[in-house]
Amino acid sequence: MKVSYFPGCTLKNKAKDLDLYAYKSAEALGVTLEEIENWQCCGGVFTTSKKEVATKLSSVRALKEAASKEQPLVTVCSACHNVIKQTNHAMANDKEFSDKVNRYMADGEYSGEAEVYHYLEMLRDLVGFDALKEKVVNPLKGKKIAAYYGCLLLRPSGVMKMDDPENPSIMEDFIKALGAESVVYAMRNECCGGYVSVESPELAKKSSNNVVTNAKSQGAEMIITACPLCKYNLVKNGADIPVVYFTELLAEALGVKEDTNGK
Amino acid sequence: MENNKYLREEIIRESGVNPKKCMKCGKCSATCPAYDEMEYHPHQFVSMVESGDIMPLLNSESLYKCLSCFACIERCPRGVEPAKLVEAVRLSAIRKQGENRMTANDVPALLDEEIPQQLLVSAFRKYSK
Repeated sequence: MKVSYFPGCTLKNKAKDLDLYAYKSAEALGVTLEEIENWQCCGGVFTTSKKEVATKLSSVRALKEAASKEQPLVTVCSACHNVIKQTNHAMANDKEFSDKVNRYMADGEYSGEAEVYHYLEMLRDLVGFDALKEKVVNPLKGKKIAAYYGCLLLRPSGVMKMDDPENPSIMEDFIKALGAESVVYAMRNECCGGYVSVESPELAKKSSNNVVTNAKSQGAEMIITACPLCKYNLVKNGADIPVVYFTELLAEALGVKEDTNGK
Repeated sequence: MENNKYLREEIIRESGVNPKKCMKCGKCSATCPAYDEMEYHPHQFVSMVESGDIMPLLNSESLYKCLSCFACIERCPRGVEPAKLVEAVRLSAIRKQGENRMTANDVPALLDEEIPQQLLVSAFRKYSK
């Protein structure tokens, strides 16, 4: 199976692990990630303003390329996923917005035809967690792992449609498919502090600490995330259990983690 | 008063929010992770925009405390989407000439070894026009 792939700025820089292990694991699962040609920054955040067009054009171009190849567009970073999925929804449902955007498009109009999958959704809906389970060569038995969704993967739920926004299970099912034990805790879909850590570090610290403390109180020995910003905030604010990207855990279970060391 | 009326319409058009739908249950503020840091809370953004009392919001630090985490949007039983009002008011504030909250010159001081590009891009998009 071949899919279009949008890595995003952070995955080529500070979050290289998220990207490398995504590639290695996909290969082991028989999925080819075809990187979008000349992709540009997704925009970082989806501005809810009705007037903002320019910051969403790069996402539309990526969506257009995937649609022209009739491939699903797969993302890994929570922020890229949120921006691209919301942009796609606006292109399909907000005629005034899509008319403005299409005036910038060189070759043909776009109106939200692409299907956007987060890598976790690709595992659940295209590969299947049962099929994933069969490919696991190194089951992570006995590990107590807390899934951290944060805000971007699930909200707004009417657009993201990944899972139940208040009682999600996709990451817990992922953890179980790898043979580990999932830890459910109340703060798993609350904010880490996000970009406010540059403006108000104390607010980000409070938010991050609430997440880690709550996960640990339920017995978590490790937290997994899909978001480089969540990871940064949790680690910077003193998480005393490992915070790792979900793709790293996946690569470990699939027995392809060593291959990427030293690259 | 004329000015307030214009601002109110501008904020409502830009955000796409209808503050009249609010039934004043307070759930938006109850679920807001930045509540303690905010001078005006999410439910006050809704009621103050509705009454046209927008100048205090425009000048408030609260605009820069919102995390855009969408908790208030997701959990509002009436679908009012308060965070979109916060965003529209913040844009009105920083679009004025010389009112950017963050400039490119501020970035080098923020850098550390681990800071993800995503953080800088997001902050820049939220605080700068």
